[in-house]
Amino acid sequence: MVSILAVDDSASMRQMVSFTLKGAGYQVREAVDGVEALEIAKNEKFDLVLTDVNMPNMNGIELVQNLRQQENYKFVPMLMLTTESAGDMKMQGKAAGATGWIVKPFNPDQLLSTIKRVLG
Amino acid sequence: MSVDLSQFHQVFFEESFEGLDVMESQLLEMDPADVDDETVNTIFRAAHSIKGGAGTFGFMPISEFTHVVETLLDEIRSGQRVMQPEYVDLFLQSVDCLRGMLSDMQQGNEPEKERPAQLRAEFETILHGAAPVAEAAPTEEEKGSGWLIRLTPYPDLLRTGNEPFRMFRELIDIVGEEHCEIEADTSKLPEFTSLNPEECHLAWQIRVTREIPLADIKVVFEWVEDECDLVYEPLGDVATASPEETAPAVSDTSDAEGIQVPEKVAAAIAETPKKSAEPAAPAKAPKKANAESSSIRVSIDKVDSLINMVGELVITQSMLGQLGQDFDLSRLAKLQEGLSQLEQNTRELQESVMKIRMMPISFAFSRFPRLVRDLGNQLGKKVNLVTLGEQTELDKTVMEKISDPLVHLVRNSMDHGLETTEKRLAAGKSADGTITLNAYHQGGNIVIEVADDGAGLNEEKILKKAMEKGLVPESANLTPEEIHQLVFLPGFSTADAVSDISGRGVGMDVVRRNIQALNGSIEVRSSRGTGSTFIIRLPLTLAILDGQLVQVCEATYIFPLVSIVESIQISRRSLNHVTGSQYVMQLRDEYIPIVRLDEIFGLRDNVQDIDELMLVVVEGDNEKIGIVVDDLLGQQQVVIKSLEQNYTKVSGISGATILGDGTVALIIDISSIGRNITPVKKHQGKSDQAA
Repeated sequence: MVSILAVDDSASMRQMVSFTLKGAGYQVREAVDGVEALEIAKNEKFDLVLTDVNMPNMNGIELVQNLRQQENYKFVPMLMLTTESAGDMKMQGKAAGATGWIVKPFNPDQLLSTIKRVLG
Repeated sequence: MSVDLSQFHQVFFEESFEGLDVMESQLLEMDPADVDDETVNTIFRAAHSIKGGAGTFGFMPISEFTHVVETLLDEIRSGQRVMQPEYVDLFLQSVDCLRGMLSDMQQGNEPEKERPAQLRAEFETILHGAAPVAEAAPTEEEKGSGWLIRLTPYPDLLRTGNEPFRMFRELIDIVGEEHCEIEADTSKLPEFTSLNPEECHLAWQIRVTREIPLADIKVVFEWVEDECDLVYEPLGDVATASPEETAPAVSDTSDAEGIQVPEKVAAAIAETPKKSAEPAAPAKAPKKANAESSSIRVSIDKVDSLINMVGELVITQSMLGQLGQDFDLSRLAKLQEGLSQLEQNTRELQESVMKIRMMPISFAFSRFPRLVRDLGNQLGKKVNLVTLGEQTELDKTVMEKISDPLVHLVRNSMDHGLETTEKRLAAGKSADGTITLNAYHQGGNIVIEVADDGAGLNEEKILKKAMEKGLVPESANLTPEEIHQLVFLPGFSTADAVSDISGRGVGMDVVRRNIQALNGSIEVRSSRGTGSTFIIRLPLTLAILDGQLVQVCEATYIFPLVSIVESIQISRRSLNHVTGSQYVMQLRDEYIPIVRLDEIFGLRDNVQDIDELMLVVVEGDNEKIGIVVDDLLGQQQVVIKSLEQNYTKVSGISGATILGDGTVALIIDISSIGRNITPVKKHQGKSDQAA
């Protein structure tokens, strides 16, 4: 089963993402910020990491940077949930090692079709 | 797959309101001159989350409005701009505006448009220095009859988790397998021995032989645009086009050199492409009128203690039940024990249930930082707000009802109490005024103080005004304390001019009436030059009263225990006659007026002169009075039933209760009894006031 780590500090977004992914048959772990995500990722292996950019404690960019340095996550796709306005955020994300991004706002179908691009 | 997004709406609203509270409190704490990065970040994150959520869940007006707020915040955060005090104001207004829009939408209404548009224009002016120009995103309308894509990844492409094969699969999904030819260029591939499998040395040339907008293809490669050389060239003719006869390149990376004509090595990738399902239209959330039910958050501790208590109650009940099955008098002691345990259980249960309604007063205080700030700006006064005792708990209903009077008092203190900066400096005070809100428990009451360090009440002015308005006789000789209380009289306002802030026709008398309606009282203490303090006393709850039962003639009355100072037995001789039937008594070093309940309520045809009197000394409205009763009965907690709702308002009575034996007992309204002293001069006999 494909397992996905979903990281967002907003409960409604997290629920929406998680609900959509679970509905599509993925296994989902949730984390509220980069720190928690990193902790979870150390003990479990995921096939995809979906992370918000702006979060307290550790933001999405730092999270990706940290994960990429780990042997287990060298090639794991990591997608950032970002907004159009944050153009340079995309660049920063890429520089940190993110695979790509999903532009907010997105609907469940867009989310699913986007993650299909990086899975399998 | 369609997901009903409306199931997340409630969470979204709750978290957005919380986000707005965070923004507001951070903005209020912020000193624009010295902005701390983390503060701006926190505010930004809150706005960002609201925007993201609103967009996702289809609340476009909110998302659009938050966008401009976020943009300005982002510029401040990234150091492109410096925080200005007027930005703080604008942000605060936006918070209000968003709050309004959110609650409109929560109730399923259209949010108002005017205010957001206004604020948005202000943001746009700051952001662009001019009104917004609708910027149409340049849409790629170019449509070739096909495209040649040259993809030359940099060696590190794989390190970001991107994988060319997945992109090709995506592309095939979009354009169709039969319209896609992919050739790999292996010329850059190093010798096998020096090959690093983590690096990508392949390049590809992809021919899309079908009419399709370029933008549709670009989507596939958007994530790797900066990690490869990427060139799109239109194919002249679907059938005949070849790389050699291509039109000028449409280059994304300006760097189109170094592309070699690849040798045909590999054909299309092996995987069978799946036709991607046409994305369904975004699930439209059904409009639900979700009526918001009023709810309170209760800590788990309180619920646990309730469950615990119910458990004990059940045990007691089963014990009593067993006792009743074969009862004889020898087990009377056991029965009494059981009953007293039942009483204790009931009381504890009652206390716990009441506690559920208790909320910290910080809920009521939390609106004041904002209010004080805005009002301060409006009045041109710098005011610090100090709040103390925010954890003091108060019944939710009382809290809701005390909120408006508090706002009025704070406005009043800021407007009339605090002096202007110049006057303060001239008086040798600090330039900034201070308003202190303090809450604490005292006996069965909660006390809330609103204090200012302003000029204090001006006794001469108050007295003069009161005399002008005929509120006190010209000859009155009042102590400063008595003068202070005059401000609560109806029709009294000392404001030199009716200002925008206070003096809207709602006077202190209304404040006092509201507080009295809650069984509370208000008084003011003031000292010239150092400030005034308004002191509100409220019962912790409106539903239950600790009462002292007293007997007068045949009837039982209840005195609120909190207002009783002492109960004493006196002899008639210690009473002094003043006027008519008005008596006073010297109690230690003060004289207190004496009231006879039987007289007030007309319970007796002729008031007998008994030598020994039972006197209950009570305090209401800051004045002590002695009330003569026939006998003191027990003390007990009584459940207050409204007399007004069930019958009609009776002067001197604040409510009623039902006693254990089923009879109704009236609860004495101490302050109104106290106020009635002067009119009750003559013995009234059986009057129409009879209860």
